[in-house]
Amino acid sequence: MSVDFCGIPLAHPVINGSGTFDAIAARTAFGVAIDERFPFAAFVSKTITLRPRAGNPPPRLWEAQAGLVNSIGLPNKGLERYLAEDLPALSRLPVPLITNVMGSTAEELSELVSACEEHEEIAAVELNVSCPNVHTGLDIGSDPIQLERVVSIVRPVSGKPLIVKLTPNCADVAACAVAAQEGGADAVSLVNTLRAMALAPRRTPAVHSQDGPAPAPPWLGGGTGGLSGPAIRPVALAQVAAVRRRVSIPVVGMGGIQNAAHARQFLDVGATLVAVGTESFRDPGAAGRIARELDLESAPR
Amino acid sequence: MSERTLAPFERRLLTVVANESLGAYRVLKAADPGPAPDAGQFAMLASAKRWGAGEDERPYLPRAFSYARFANGEAHFLLEDVGPGTRRLCELSPGEGLWLLGPLGAGFQPPRDGRRALLVGGGVGVAPLAILQDGLDDATVLLGFRDAQHAEGAALLSGALVATDDGSVGHHGLVTDLLSGELDGDAHASVYACGPPAMLEAVRATCAERAVPAQLALESGMACGFGACFGCVVATRDGYARVCVDGPVVAAERLERVGERA
Repeated sequence: MSVDFCGIPLAHPVINGSGTFDAIAARTAFGVAIDERFPFAAFVSKTITLRPRAGNPPPRLWEAQAGLVNSIGLPNKGLERYLAEDLPALSRLPVPLITNVMGSTAEELSELVSACEEHEEIAAVELNVSCPNVHTGLDIGSDPIQLERVVSIVRPVSGKPLIVKLTPNCADVAACAVAAQEGGADAVSLVNTLRAMALAPRRTPAVHSQDGPAPAPPWLGGGTGGLSGPAIRPVALAQVAAVRRRVSIPVVGMGGIQNAAHARQFLDVGATLVAVGTESFRDPGAAGRIARELDLESAPR
Repeated sequence: MSERTLAPFERRLLTVVANESLGAYRVLKAADPGPAPDAGQFAMLASAKRWGAGEDERPYLPRAFSYARFANGEAHFLLEDVGPGTRRLCELSPGEGLWLLGPLGAGFQPPRDGRRALLVGGGVGVAPLAILQDGLDDATVLLGFRDAQHAEGAALLSGALVATDDGSVGHHGLVTDLLSGELDGDAHASVYACGPPAMLEAVRATCAERAVPAQLALESGMACGFGACFGCVVATRDGYARVCVDGPVVAAERLERVGERA
């Protein structure tokens, strides 16, 4: 079930969501088996920023109803060490590499994309635009006007396919997808996680004062986080369908995909590729299983 | 990074062969073709059926457990019912299916320089010390529990000295009291510890004072177990480390202190 994605030939339509699989750590845990049976048709790196980030203080996870709220905070080594240390290891993977980058301004993003341009091991670049604008505080990707401006500035810097990872935390995701396309994106991917919050569990009865029980504090070290997993799948499906109706560029659909039937739903509403994220946490072999099942389904009977 | 036993790259479906009561705990046993884990390694577990739709419509993610023992084609895990995930696992009966991904993580390193092994455990954290003891010729075992019912967990190891919070069994006090006594007698030891954060912090501080090497098996909520989610980090002297791939066993000197919100 091979697919052409922005001119990149892929063996099947299943890739990973950025930040949901660490191929280098996976080699430590599973050895060379991951290179021999790599489950994804392309590998999307976790988000890389110009400077190193430690990430958010723990706790970083909260198990929700059929889902996961995470507040990881994009820990990464920064661009320089990613290129020097991780890229050689990632380029040994048997599939094309997509590098995901995030910056808070068009200039930062341009610098990141331009650095990727010099590395032929990188097949495509994905822009994480779920980052607050340093001036307005709004996520770049939640405002179509700002998004189109940023993408149009970054676009000329690279000859590689440019994917814009859309945020679902906006008024009209299809308008944002149109803006990405108008700005020159070659593809859009969605959904990122839905902004979410969890409060610390009460282990003992609440302490009452004159003002009533004391409020429970946020559980996550980052205050709020993002919800992923099966809980968001119907929302994701609606957003992918809405985007598909408004843009002509390829769409990568994701959000709570656990099996081939779920993947098929995203393909049915017009996704070119699907990405598996949280389900890989439950079973690192999940994406491989989904790809095999899709392949069997599509074989002539 | 030190050598470790690698996990097959997919979770595997095992069959539960026993689920035995051990005081406040249960010992879950599953037929497992392996690979056999290193002492201190862990596995991600989930029931094959009805994983979900419990309290708060959970559990959803698998749960991390140290191997308590691996022998005769069986993997053993020590469970305590503390939430929807452990509750579901505690219910499993022989013949039912268990998803397992593992063995994962970095385990214990053997003692060096002729040091004697001193195993210090608290509560459900005694589990990885049992499989560690299985592989050692000789070890001194010190275990702490809340009360007599929990202290029955000491039977997982042999020859354990026990402390209880309520004094119902053994020493009335903390297991670290026993540790200090042992180190006063002979400090040429390597300490191996697993237990709640406050106990591990006391072990770390006690060993640091006396310059005794200690290896701590840490616990953290984790989504994946193999370095993908970055959710299980703990603060170390050189930044956040993932308990699942950089641990769960870490040298105590890597930590400023042990704590959930360091």
